[in-house]
Amino acid sequence: MTHARTTRRVLAAVASVGAVLITAACSSSSTPTGSAAAGGGVNWDERGPITYAQGKDTAGVWAGVLKEWNDAHPNEQVTLIELSPEADQQRADMIKRGQAKSGEFSVMSVDVVWTAEFAANGWLQELPKDKFPTDGMLASAVDAASYFGKLYAYPQSSDGALLYYRSDLLDKAGLKPPTTWDEMQAACDKVLPTQKGMSCYSGQFQKYEGLTCNVAEAVNSAGGEFITADGKPAVNSAEAVAGLTWMVDGFKSGMIPKEAITWKEEESRQAFQDGKILFLRNWPYVYNLASKTDGSSKVAGKFGVSPIPGKTGPGVSTLGGHNIGISAFAKNKGTAGDFIKWIASEAQQKTFLQKGSLAPILESMYADADLNKEFGYLSTLGESIKNAQARPKAVRYGDVTSAIQDATYAALQGQQTPTDAFNGLQTKLEDLLK
Amino acid sequence: MSQGAATTIAGNTPPVTEKRKKNLLSDGQGTLAGFLISPTMLVILFVVGIPILLSLRESVFRKFTTPDPTTGMIPEGESFVGLQNFTDIFAHPQAVDGAWGNIDRLINSFLNVTFFTIICVAIETVIGVAMALIMARAFRGKGFVRAAILVPWAIPTIVSARMWGLIFDADGVMNKILGQQILWLADNSYSQWAVIIADTWKTAPFIGLLTLAGLQTIPSDVYEAARVDGANAWQQFVRITLPMVKPALVVAVLFRTLDTMRMFDLPWGMIGQGKYYVETISMFAYIENNQLRYGTAAAYSLVLFAYIVLVAFIFIRLLGADVIGDEETRAITEQRKRQKALAKAENRKTKLAKTTITSGEFQS
Repeated sequence: MTHARTTRRVLAAVASVGAVLITAACSSSSTPTGSAAAGGGVNWDERGPITYAQGKDTAGVWAGVLKEWNDAHPNEQVTLIELSPEADQQRADMIKRGQAKSGEFSVMSVDVVWTAEFAANGWLQELPKDKFPTDGMLASAVDAASYFGKLYAYPQSSDGALLYYRSDLLDKAGLKPPTTWDEMQAACDKVLPTQKGMSCYSGQFQKYEGLTCNVAEAVNSAGGEFITADGKPAVNSAEAVAGLTWMVDGFKSGMIPKEAITWKEEESRQAFQDGKILFLRNWPYVYNLASKTDGSSKVAGKFGVSPIPGKTGPGVSTLGGHNIGISAFAKNKGTAGDFIKWIASEAQQKTFLQKGSLAPILESMYADADLNKEFGYLSTLGESIKNAQARPKAVRYGDVTSAIQDATYAALQGQQTPTDAFNGLQTKLEDLLK
Repeated sequence: MSQGAATTIAGNTPPVTEKRKKNLLSDGQGTLAGFLISPTMLVILFVVGIPILLSLRESVFRKFTTPDPTTGMIPEGESFVGLQNFTDIFAHPQAVDGAWGNIDRLINSFLNVTFFTIICVAIETVIGVAMALIMARAFRGKGFVRAAILVPWAIPTIVSARMWGLIFDADGVMNKILGQQILWLADNSYSQWAVIIADTWKTAPFIGLLTLAGLQTIPSDVYEAARVDGANAWQQFVRITLPMVKPALVVAVLFRTLDTMRMFDLPWGMIGQGKYYVETISMFAYIENNQLRYGTAAAYSLVLFAYIVLVAFIFIRLLGADVIGDEETRAITEQRKRQKALAKAENRKTKLAKTTITSGEFQS
């Protein structure tokens, strides 16, 4: 009796599970998108209040910026939505709105590497080029905001790598900042014997997004490419492998300290400030912190910046920064369009540089004499960004970057040879970019 | 239906009671009970039942991820793929380099989970019991020691992950103490030990706490009797303390096992993502989810779910973990055992008890 009852219950449960599955199967049909995201049929004159979503405003610039906009546009107020300080979480929050076709975030600050993914899923509004001119903006930054030849966002801020060097030690040895890897090694050979406990060079080699940036720079600076212009992976080329080999050999020879394999931006900055390394590859934010004279930095006034070195000439930096895009599902796209144009204007870009240390997206500003006086690294950074190369533009960027990190980290840890690692990566990328 | 025990006793009451009870286990308040627990069951249905069904459904689907080559747009929606999300570990293995050689990523994380669970729980049990024995002693400053032992348990895991991250840093305290340059935070077998040490530090107090509760129920006269009989400290521990604290200890170990199997925040916060020496199934499922592959994420979560259910089942069956703590059920089981043994001895079939004297059945 009880047996029969249990059986009946199990049958009922199975049947209900089946029913759920079947109804679900019926309801999910595959409809091609494109209607929402396509350029046509968008009312660019619709105006009214909008929202702007970005990561946590740690520098505290946005309150002032938005007040200025809101005072000038009483009927088109912009409300700031602060998301998590963690990039992954910001992306997840934006994706949720996209999948729900919600226009809750009218305007979004999108990392350059997410732009392709968001555009391909139809979450970002395409910006017609006649309404959204890109004159005067950095070409590399505009490229990073485009997908399949169409503009999906405005560049909001840019970023490029700099080589920080100890000017006091190089001057003493009568050396100039290096432009090639060999020159850098030669400078180390000359300086290091007199500096106890100091290593030559470091970047960021922990297994995270920073590793992708660093290995992309090594590969690009050696003349290789992860993905060619026509979208095919090419990491098994001799040039690309040479880039990775330089990093691997750096660890083997001790040019890069062994523990750098656990360093992110902050650890490497700390090492440079403590006088443990002669050359540091890092982002511009280090400049102000390393210049501090309150005792936190031992190298204040003793360092300089130059573009990163390459294999046979100046290196190729990885492009960082954010784009500002409009949700495909947003209301009041007219206001949103005006707002992103205003953010990209020179006056606002200057505010972001001065108050938030964000690299501007307008080419002319890098040559501005006054700004250069204020920001000693600005013209060098302009040079770095002008040559910069975007990270692989892939819809499945998350998979691409973790495949790159897997291969690179395995090579750095000595689990695979550079050639094997990149051959394996080539196969994976071919699969991911199909 | 069963008439054995019930009718013999019911025979004492007047035969007016024609309304025979349908279920001998019931004391006639079943409807009321059902009515009273229905809000809880409804909540459980919504927060547990439906999500599990939805994950089951999700695990046999796959979202489109390949962009259209001419427009670059990804089609919306998903397609039914049957069990492919589960079978892909054999059909399309995603080989990674972890502690177990170059094997599929899911199998690798599965082995990591098993490894962490066995090692961590074993160490935690030993240390936890030791802590409980110390905490149970009456001595000056007992309150202070108890508080000190419990502090790690009170610290949120992500905070302790960051804290141990600093300790295991290349320039951190651990390397200073050991006088070596071990790269704990890279991706190697040291990373595994870093996770094990941090996890043990944090959760041994939990076992200690539950064991302490068990220890305090042991009456002191048992020990007195043992001492009179000449048992030494070790014999007292093995013959008295352990058996009597076992019910509490088994539950503590079960909770810790299930908890360790779904470990996520400690390796994530301390070692980082994409580190195959420490990647657990939860981490892998989360990463898949982040890459918008909800199908595989659901499938891997279900694998973990099934694994946890299996281990919980084995625990309850083999070690007799008494999670529910229902005296009545236990008493019935005991009685059935006795009856079976008796029946076997007498070589006959018998009706098994469905109730005991405590159920209130006999008072009616």
